[in-house]
Amino acid sequence: MHKCDLCDKPAVLNELIREKDDQWRQIHLCEDHARAYGYPGSGEIKSEDLAEASGKVKKRTTGRRKRLASCDACGLTLASFRRHGLLGCSECYHAFEAHLEPLIGRAQAGATHHCGHVPDQKDAHIDRRLNRMRLLKELNDAVSTEQYERAARIRDELHSLEECGPEDSGETSAEAEKEQADHGSAQ
Amino acid sequence: MVRPSENGPWLGESGQDSDVVVSTRVRLARNIDGVPFVNKATDADRNEIVGMVRRTPLFAADAGELDWVEVDELDGCDRRKLVERHLISRQFADSEASRGVGISRDESLSVMVNEEDHLRIQTLGTGLMLHEAHDRIATINRELESHLDFAFNPRWGFLTACPTNVGCGVRFSVMLHLPGLRITEELDRVRRAAKDLNLAVRGFHGEGSESTGDFFQISNQVTLGVSEQDLLETFAGDIVPRLVDYERSARQLLLDKRIRNLEDRVHRAHGILASARMLEANETINLLSRVRLGVSLGILKTPSVREVHRLLLHVQPAHVSAITNAPLEDNEASRVARAGMVRGIFGG
Ligand SMILES: [Zn+2]
Ligand SMILES: [Zn+2]
Repeated sequence: MHKCDLCDKPAVLNELIREKDDQWRQIHLCEDHARAYGYPGSGEIKSEDLAEASGKVKKRTTGRRKRLASCDACGLTLASFRRHGLLGCSECYHAFEAHLEPLIGRAQAGATHHCGHVPDQKDAHIDRRLNRMRLLKELNDAVSTEQYERAARIRDELHSLEECGPEDSGETSAEAEKEQADHGSAQ
Repeated sequence: MVRPSENGPWLGESGQDSDVVVSTRVRLARNIDGVPFVNKATDADRNEIVGMVRRTPLFAADAGELDWVEVDELDGCDRRKLVERHLISRQFADSEASRGVGISRDESLSVMVNEEDHLRIQTLGTGLMLHEAHDRIATINRELESHLDFAFNPRWGFLTACPTNVGCGVRFSVMLHLPGLRITEELDRVRRAAKDLNLAVRGFHGEGSESTGDFFQISNQVTLGVSEQDLLETFAGDIVPRLVDYERSARQLLLDKRIRNLEDRVHRAHGILASARMLEANETINLLSRVRLGVSLGILKTPSVREVHRLLLHVQPAHVSAITNAPLEDNEASRVARAGMVRGIFGG
């Protein structure tokens, strides 16, 4: 597990964030720092706040995601992955996510989310929560930019995430959607 | 290290449902966070992985469960022997660069380091023992987790070099002996059902191998979106018992309707094994399979299932070579040596 970018505690948030210039960057934050920067909680992340955090992140993952044909962490190219079928490192899962989604779905009978054992039970609840927050944020983006197909897909992911395991917050999916709607109307 | 004269734990005397279930295996794929996967790892990375794994208590000199075997230091025959004993994969035996395997004294637990994933942990046992094998591997996993950070992502679960292995990374597998279903020509139906249930069906020697001797390895393919516990309940509680029932019904049908034909197959196989002067490996496994069926149904009083199992392992090329000093390749000398070993048991 990664350490927090700002202190020595273990990171509970491993997140790709987009900066102003459309650069993507991987950040790792501990529970305290994640909360301090608005994760989870108020929902919206302020880009100024994240600039401080991401400024301290090592320049490991700075590729342009849209044109990303290789993994910045290990150098694996999409072409090479397609030839050999093996990924080069954990970061490849972010770099090639769009290509991996359908592939994994086909191999895994349509499953989209892990729901078994997690390395540390405490972190896992936070992880699941953060994952949900991320999806809610993406859903918000998708709705506000009228990408309805994408929104439907994200909604499906949210449902499968909630069906998956014990939710720590006890919120139902109806409440989650209401939360999403509230964020939407606040904009 | 490798004791060719002994049975592997997967070919023990008996076990639950051992008339049909030969052995049980549970495997776990894990990678260490922050180090490239094996196919992108440098020599230094690979050595680091080996070092990290060997510093865990599993390998502690006094109380550790596992002995370390450096695969590069083994000759070709010893590597093949580990493959035949199901302790390492063929791919692992043949690959290059820093890699090794930790093996428990009774061979029921092994950890391959730097195979396709950093760690491939497996437990092996005789007969149907999925719950015990799973409990053991879960314990080992927790122990490793307290010393190693495994690559994990909340969405995909445990990250693996091959993206289709993500999720809980657990593979439950049983080796089934299905001669009844083959003779009654029901195997295609079983294969179709297995496909619908997202199960992989492999042969005696694992991936890509033929179904020598009507032995089949059945395992789950889906590892994402389902917990280890649910996988286990489905596999152990539903799928395997159903397959065992199919096979038993097929055998009963043969006993009821085709007893002479069945006795002829069994005794003919016994006769060849008791008197042949030269035997090829797969031919021998096919004959032993018929004898195993005969013993399970009470058509034969001897040898015991244990002896049949021991032979199933020992007639494979590297074992024949290790026991008799015959050459590893298939030629007259190795066939003669194999036939001699078999006659020793079948009393020819
Ligand atoms: Zn921190
Ligand atoms: Zn990579």
